[in-house]
Amino acid sequence: MKRFFNMYKIEQKIFFRSPDVIVFCILMPLVVFALITMIAGNKAAADSGLTYVQGAFVSLSTVGICCSAFMSIPITIVDLRDRGILRRMYCSPCSPIRILACDIISSGMVAAFSTVLLTIAAVIVGYRMSGNALVFIIVWLLTMLSMFSIGLLVASVCRTTKSMNIVTSVLYFPMLLFSGATIPAEVFPAPVRAIIKWMPLGVGIETLKKISIGTYEGVFLPVIVLTVIAAICILISVKTFRWE
Amino acid sequence: MSEQCIRVENLSKSFSGRKVVDDLSFEVNKGEVYAILGHNGAGKSTTIDLILGLKEPDSGEATILGMKASKNRKKVFEKVGVQLQHTEYQNMMTVEEACLEYASLYEKPYDYNELLITFGLSELKKSYVNKLSGGERQKLSVILALIGNPEIVFLDELTTGLDVAARREVWLTLKQLKEKGLTIVLTTHYMEEAEALCDRVCLIKSGQKITEGTISEVIKHSGKSNLEEAYLYYMGEEELL
Repeated sequence: MKRFFNMYKIEQKIFFRSPDVIVFCILMPLVVFALITMIAGNKAAADSGLTYVQGAFVSLSTVGICCSAFMSIPITIVDLRDRGILRRMYCSPCSPIRILACDIISSGMVAAFSTVLLTIAAVIVGYRMSGNALVFIIVWLLTMLSMFSIGLLVASVCRTTKSMNIVTSVLYFPMLLFSGATIPAEVFPAPVRAIIKWMPLGVGIETLKKISIGTYEGVFLPVIVLTVIAAICILISVKTFRWE
Repeated sequence: MSEQCIRVENLSKSFSGRKVVDDLSFEVNKGEVYAILGHNGAGKSTTIDLILGLKEPDSGEATILGMKASKNRKKVFEKVGVQLQHTEYQNMMTVEEACLEYASLYEKPYDYNELLITFGLSELKKSYVNKLSGGERQKLSVILALIGNPEIVFLDELTTGLDVAARREVWLTLKQLKEKGLTIVLTTHYMEEAEALCDRVCLIKSGQKITEGTISEVIKHSGKSNLEEAYLYYMGEEELL
């Protein structure tokens, strides 16, 4: 355990050294949150029953998840494999699973850190969650697990850095733009919103929004969907994983 | 009678119909320094990959300390250090972090500070690995092969890219480790390196063993005056002599 922790510490440090992690996972949600607060603030966001600030807090709390899942995790793993680092780790008594676990935990910590900073910012501008914070955290973690499993699947299935870059971009940008993680979903026309609702991250965000205002109606199905996504993706990525 | 620690029996491997390792057999004894010599593409690295279990042989078997590496990975690699050709590192990782990370993989690692001093890298502890020169990075990969306090170490082209002085430093360290009982299997393109370090060498061509023996045996059988000439003789490139 101590040895695992030693390795984890190093991986975590390396994560925080990466400029794109700082910019996309940590600074971007804060900047977008500040802008939305200044522009729309306490206006009601369409028919969602939330104000823009309330909606933005929930959506932006998943940006860290989105960046980690569709950028950090697949890029790190494919890079480790491409450059033979996993192969080298294979020639040691510890399994490469440990380095993968370290990376996944590190990514999760970055996402959590990003959300904690966002929460502090939200509290400063006067946001208070009316729903149960503990339930919110649990569903947030489930959303993270589900998105990370998609990222792991990409890392397992993509054979080269090139194909992975295409797949991650196809996943990452639409999810970031349309799922409401950056632009409030409420500003899109109804047909777009219908699609958004069924994007994996969109499912998570919709559910989190309901929970944040203390509504539990229609929360059950999305939770099942997220769990099923996680189970299927983890299973496939473990089965198809390659060290080289 | 010295104790065997690596046994390679009738190992064969083909890639898309081309035989890269062809019915290769040899043994390495405990405490010995053993070199596999051959041209580029002769099958040296593939042989090492097969012994380490990184690739599965088409036929034949290789064991380290009586075990197949692919079946007993944890047990084998607790005692076997490895330096692969072109070792890469994660971006934004310092020399010290690379050492800490690799040390964390083993039960009883060496004090990496000592190894850094031995290889003259302690000044560079806080430097990023990707900022190191080729030679410094090569030395680091040797350090990481030794960090688990192994009984056997595999070094694939260990001094390629090193300057003359750095090469001699690495030789000196390896000789000291040999005196402590370390078994070393290496591949190299430098015949003077094989002469300086090795007890026995194995010459391979197109995956087949051409000859094997102590340096003086190999030279004597070829009727040449040094290992480099003997090597060229065995490789059938006498026109170069």
